[in-house]
Amino acid sequence: MTAHESFLDSWPAEKYAALLDLIPAQYAWLRWLVSALVAIALILAVFGLLFAFTTVTERKLLGRFQNRPGPNRVRILGIRAFGFFQPFADAVKALTKEDIVPAAADKILHFLAPAGAVFFTLLGFAVIPYGRHLTPLDLDAGVLYFFAAGAASELVIFMAGWSGRNKYSLLSAMRALAQLISFELPLLLVVVPVVLAAGTLGTSAIVTAQGGWSLGGLIPHWNVLTPWGLAGFVIFVIAALAETNRCPFDLPEGESEIIAGHLTEYSGFKYALFFMGEYFGIIGLCGLGVTLFLGGWQAPCAFLQFIPSYLWFGLKLVAFILFFIWIRATLLRLRIDQLTRLAWKLLVPLGLVNLGVAAFWMLTASWDGPVLLAVRWLAGLALILIPYVLLGRSLGAGLGPRDYRYAQ
Amino acid sequence: MTPDTLTPGTLTPGTFPPGTFPPDATTVRAVHDDFHGDLLEVSMGPHHPSTHGVFRMNVVLDGEIIVKLQPVFGYLHRNHEKLAENISYLASIPYTDRLDYLASLTNNWAYVIAVEKLASLTVPERGEYVRVIVGELARLINHCCLVGFLLNDLGTSFTPLLYSLRERERMLDLVEELTGSRMMCNYMRFGGVRVDPSPDWLARLKTYLEGDFPKFLAEQDALLTGNEILLARTQGAGILKPDLAINAGITGPMLRASGVDYDIRKVERYSIYDRFDFRVPLGDHGDTYDRYMMRMLEMHESLKILRQALRDIPAGPATDPKAKSRGLRPKPGEAYGRIEAPKGELGFYLISDGSPQPYRYRIRPPSFINLTILEDMCLGQTVADAVITLGSVDIVLGEVDR
Repeated sequence: MTAHESFLDSWPAEKYAALLDLIPAQYAWLRWLVSALVAIALILAVFGLLFAFTTVTERKLLGRFQNRPGPNRVRILGIRAFGFFQPFADAVKALTKEDIVPAAADKILHFLAPAGAVFFTLLGFAVIPYGRHLTPLDLDAGVLYFFAAGAASELVIFMAGWSGRNKYSLLSAMRALAQLISFELPLLLVVVPVVLAAGTLGTSAIVTAQGGWSLGGLIPHWNVLTPWGLAGFVIFVIAALAETNRCPFDLPEGESEIIAGHLTEYSGFKYALFFMGEYFGIIGLCGLGVTLFLGGWQAPCAFLQFIPSYLWFGLKLVAFILFFIWIRATLLRLRIDQLTRLAWKLLVPLGLVNLGVAAFWMLTASWDGPVLLAVRWLAGLALILIPYVLLGRSLGAGLGPRDYRYAQ
Repeated sequence: MTPDTLTPGTLTPGTFPPGTFPPDATTVRAVHDDFHGDLLEVSMGPHHPSTHGVFRMNVVLDGEIIVKLQPVFGYLHRNHEKLAENISYLASIPYTDRLDYLASLTNNWAYVIAVEKLASLTVPERGEYVRVIVGELARLINHCCLVGFLLNDLGTSFTPLLYSLRERERMLDLVEELTGSRMMCNYMRFGGVRVDPSPDWLARLKTYLEGDFPKFLAEQDALLTGNEILLARTQGAGILKPDLAINAGITGPMLRASGVDYDIRKVERYSIYDRFDFRVPLGDHGDTYDRYMMRMLEMHESLKILRQALRDIPAGPATDPKAKSRGLRPKPGEAYGRIEAPKGELGFYLISDGSPQPYRYRIRPPSFINLTILEDMCLGQTVADAVITLGSVDIVLGEVDR
């Protein structure tokens, strides 16, 4: 425990350890089992609720963005709560709806896909450090594990797309595979410098490595506040949007083109499970983004440490999710070839360049003083911005606003 | 329906290995083509989120690329023309509302122009001004809708559409106040209009057109027209060459987006359009972006016309008191009345045999004719492009199917 640790961080951790100590030491396996089950139960409860309220927040916010109130009718016991009980009504609806399995469907895959959608996205939650003492499973290769689990969710979309025997589903499965494979690469590439900087793949060690402040506790040492971290964070966000099938990369579900994509043949609770899996995917990736770039549970300023670490993590996570919603309300959808081009011709090269920038940053770590720091920053930014401008120009070649002539 | 009736030529028993035709209903059916190998045939519509009603296109896909597209329409056929041949001239006016139900005022207008030609009726000055005002208002409403729905097809999860619909709703409030109905206006009469707008109504329309509507257009331009994803998606998508457009009889903003200068308001100068100062925007590429921009620019021009009309509108009767509506029996003869409707040339061709009903009643629907060329615009493009190309054609199935 450090001197600045919040009481709300240390106290529950101590009490929890004391409770576990009640189990006699010779039953170490039981201790392990209880602690694992408690972690699983907590994750399911907290993120289940976060999922529920994310859906309603998304709908409310989209409503506000679109000049309408959003859902506000559901009331429980006469309390309306601005419609925030909506997810419970949705859950009841999803559970009571008929589960339709098309006659031509591959029934086993059709059943397994929604289960897998939730299962594989939940796996990633095990390695995210939610707070100072709150890493459920502090693996040495935590980041690697997270991406391995995430890769399986691509399989799930393909299973769903294939099993329904629906042409739109099949198109969606094709799109999803192309999209997810394309964006997996930049996502991984921008994580590499973080691992390089921290010297470990363990998630809680990566957060610890971002601890500390400069300028009398005002500027945190988060990865995002370096040139490579900033560029990496931007690429990470773009790739994360694509990995979670969010607008402007929501092609697998492009409603106006292929109905509901791989979800076309799903109804009732299976559909709800996909929904849940999707949001768990968003929350998981946002959580990882917070961990890798935004200092995880670290407070932004030294004097703000009295706020418990898990609240900081929660705040950053919620801000991240709200940003995703904002993007959804704003942007248009790309086309599949433009999307893969964006990944391979812009994000992957930039990710590689970013590796070099990160190496430069770490090699010059000994440069002291404001002048040298400014030189470091400018050089780092130039190294990443010049390729960005050049690549971006080639990507958008021939496009632009036009002038129009008028008939006489 | 057997598969071979869907895409003649590509799907015949001969193209399948022995014993595999008809294909097993439990598999996703592929169309075999000697050049492309196995292709996927998808029937998009009549129930599809972006076929704008009950339109259907049978597309044959090579991956995401369209190798064949067959528009199928008629699901909303309501026997409109035959109905009109069995009722009086006057009773057809409300039916014309249901053609292009986003712009019923211009439908009325085209029809009454045809009847006025047939029966040699005249319209008083104020009547013409009122017609121009509501006609241009209908154009604004229509283009607002089009831009919103097109952007929705582009995947904007409703945001721009709802702002477009907000403006449309405000214009519809004015329309409702004048005509009694938001969409089914039934407003024009032979020799004028049904009700004369009050000075108060005209003043409020003027306030709206001076204030909030230009603000909306500026907002739309600032936030969307230069958006990089919009540019990437629409520029080069669904190109229509001018010669093909002329040969196919395309009219309206779609034709002008291909660079052909043809606006019936300028060509025929019907009503009093020769009195207004407005320009006709022309595109150079004929792609979806040009078609989108045509609508945006035309809204600016319509605003100009409306401002001039509201400034110059004279006093006097809005309807010719001598014009006979009820029991109209035009002398035997024929007439073709046409206007520049928001979607293109809307024409009514009438033959009278001297009886109270038209002997022949034929509509030239712009969105139907503009739609026939869809395959040429979509071949070689992706499904996503086909959807936005269809969106930029601007169809209303009430008019396509009649």
